[in-house]
Amino acid sequence: MIAEIGHYALILALVIAVAQSLLPLYGAARGSAPLMAVGPSAAIGQFAFVALAFAMLTQAYVVSDFTLVNVVQNSHSEKPLLYKITGLWSNHEGSMLLWVMILSLFGALVAARGGNLPPSLRARVLAIQGMIGAAFLAFILFTSNPFLRVFPPPADGRGMNPVLQDPGLAFHPPILYLGYVGFSVAFAFAVAALIEGRVDAAWARWVRPWTLAAWSALTLGIALGSWWAYYELGWGGFWFWDPVENASLLPWLAGTALLHSAIVVEKRDALKSWTVLLAILAFVMSLIGTFLVRSGVLTSVHSFASDPARGLFILGILILTAGGALVLYAIRAPTLKAGGLFQPISREGALVLNNLLLATACATVFLGTLYPLFLDALNGPKVSVGAPYFNATFLPLMTPALLVMVVAPLMAWKRADLAGALGRLKLAFLAALIIAGGAWAMKGGPILALIGLAIAAWLVVGAVIDIAERIRLFRVALGDSLRRLMGLPRSAIGAAVAHGALGIVVAGITASSAWHAENIGVMKPGESVDIAGYTIKLEQVGEVDGPNYRARRAVLSATYAGKLVAVLTPEKRFFTVQQTTTTEAAIHTTGFADLYAVLGDPATPQAGSEVTDSGWVIRLYHNPLVPWIWVGAALMALGGGISLTDRRHRVGAPTRSGARIAQVAKA
Amino acid sequence: MKLLRRYQLVFLLPVIAFAILAAAFGVGLYLRPDVIPSPLIDQETPAFALKPIPGRDDAGLSAADLKGQGVTLVNVFASWCVPCRAEHPLLMQLAKQGVRIVGINYKDKPEDVTAWLAELGNPFAKIGRDDTGRTAIDWGVYGVPESFLVDNEGRIRHKHVGPLMDHDIQTTILPMMRKLQK
Repeated sequence: MIAEIGHYALILALVIAVAQSLLPLYGAARGSAPLMAVGPSAAIGQFAFVALAFAMLTQAYVVSDFTLVNVVQNSHSEKPLLYKITGLWSNHEGSMLLWVMILSLFGALVAARGGNLPPSLRARVLAIQGMIGAAFLAFILFTSNPFLRVFPPPADGRGMNPVLQDPGLAFHPPILYLGYVGFSVAFAFAVAALIEGRVDAAWARWVRPWTLAAWSALTLGIALGSWWAYYELGWGGFWFWDPVENASLLPWLAGTALLHSAIVVEKRDALKSWTVLLAILAFVMSLIGTFLVRSGVLTSVHSFASDPARGLFILGILILTAGGALVLYAIRAPTLKAGGLFQPISREGALVLNNLLLATACATVFLGTLYPLFLDALNGPKVSVGAPYFNATFLPLMTPALLVMVVAPLMAWKRADLAGALGRLKLAFLAALIIAGGAWAMKGGPILALIGLAIAAWLVVGAVIDIAERIRLFRVALGDSLRRLMGLPRSAIGAAVAHGALGIVVAGITASSAWHAENIGVMKPGESVDIAGYTIKLEQVGEVDGPNYRARRAVLSATYAGKLVAVLTPEKRFFTVQQTTTTEAAIHTTGFADLYAVLGDPATPQAGSEVTDSGWVIRLYHNPLVPWIWVGAALMALGGGISLTDRRHRVGAPTRSGARIAQVAKA
Repeated sequence: MKLLRRYQLVFLLPVIAFAILAAAFGVGLYLRPDVIPSPLIDQETPAFALKPIPGRDDAGLSAADLKGQGVTLVNVFASWCVPCRAEHPLLMQLAKQGVRIVGINYKDKPEDVTAWLAELGNPFAKIGRDDTGRTAIDWGVYGVPESFLVDNEGRIRHKHVGPLMDHDIQTTILPMMRKLQK
């Protein structure tokens, strides 16, 4: 019964989504207020029914209803409750339902919060959202229905991929989807603006909070995914340039560019057609990411089950969405009126440079990711593009972007005094030199790592200077500075936090890439090895039982300068139901470095030797500053969140000038 | 006027680029990127001669054992390998149906593999001990288990990476064996 309610709710949601995509659009063309008013109620109704379907599927997972194929294939009665629930989105059908639920949630939010939008724009935005929703609801109902029954029901489920049974991964998909799908709002606004033929400062102000929310969620989602790969896959690395990772980086790069170019539209009425294109591309990249992951056209460590029929359906959606929007763009974008002029040396100029670099970086990653597919499609040889390509192309593009992003906030609009802006950054320059010099004295090189740390210091200190300049720190009384700080626009504070946090990420990436130490070898109980000043001793290897797995666990003691600092217990877990093993790395972190241990297979005896206990393969890594990557990324997302609370995004909040007028009127 | 036209063409670039991309995606859907071609297909098996496992009375395995014996399934396995345990019942079943299976025991301890075969049964007509992993390298093995179909002339005709599943046996292994036996 529960499943039938869910199934029926999905069908109703599809019907509502079709109405939502047609009626308001027609109403906006005809100027009919009642038809346009269908948009908001349909959007809220669509969300209500998708949420109902989602709740029903959750219920089926919680009570382990093995009459549903989807539950049988992805759950097991012995699984902990948390993983029963997250098992819902650990598979194709469930994760698509989550995708659509988040999409319809954004639609409902636009409907609920869009009271200050011009009715025709709101109607068109909701119609576009409705079309995307209808396409994906049809996709679920026709190719990926999670509510299909099985008869006779088996006694128990098959469980989910054990690699996914992990707290970090439990929340990675929902947050990542918030980012992916969040860009659909910017997309809908862009298409609606193209239909209306008008892009202005007000449009940019409406788009901005949605882009910010999506960008923050995507930042957090990528960081969670990278953190998960770091501790779960047991390679000691945090980013592998895997196609699925790149698929999440592409919308992030496009979205970052959009976030910055939208500022220029809002403040200076320039870069309009470029910003609209970025708004389209950010969501198209999200869709391409979904297509790549779901269709299996590229090989990846995230090899989900793939099915050509589903791939074809998503490709159809992609072609209609992206193709339609880009054709509209080709027709309407040339008619958008260009706005304010500016000198190359100006804040606009700096933002344009940032956009060019980000867009080029995005194109570079895109080409590298899809090159194997292009070559394969042309009957070329099978190749894979790895880290050397991305490091050689992506890093040189990001370096100037990182240098410029510190200067830009200190530059004036229209025409800026570059020497003056650089003069105010003396301290940041000094900090960069000191950090690089200190690292050179301690580690001696490599030169690229010293540059990386110098850039990190430049970013962090530059962000502090940005705020200090704005509140005139130490130049006026401290109380005045504090008052100025409270009065600063939250967007300025958010930007400084995000920019400084990127410096922390850069420091983490640089130090852990350049100075990580590793020791891979065979150890017998009682033996010890030295790594980065620590002495690691293998105490014992034993077996333990988990809720739905058996594990082999090594106990390693880590001593530093004669003192015991940590006991590491890496495991190899064997899941009986799925017949697979997972690697559980043991990590001891000091905040400045991670000690990382992985238990491997039993060592093979030397040829001809008759020794029975030949020890275990133990991999040890020492990764300096690696936790900073995730702390920094979380702070970047926080910066986005702070910016989101800026008063100009709050509904109903009076504008500053409006408030001032009201004050004057009262006086 | 002409300048304006050319300027407008720029706005067509995104949709043109996307059209090319969509075409590549469409072709890509029907390709199988996960199938890695093995250069050894249709080549004669590499020369090798493996000693028997100490303490057992099988005869060891060499390239000569794969010639003139009909179609043979060569299975690379180890007692410490969990997926091998998963595919083992299927190998037992195949052996009962009369399929000739030989094993390359990869980097294993003699007493472990003896206990393993005693526990799960022995589907292998012959087993060679590859304690150094040298033979596996010659065969292009990059993980256990892997299986190869070798024809009557001693040529490798098919390679399967990872554990054999029921689906693989029904759709690939058995039909291919039937074809090769003709």
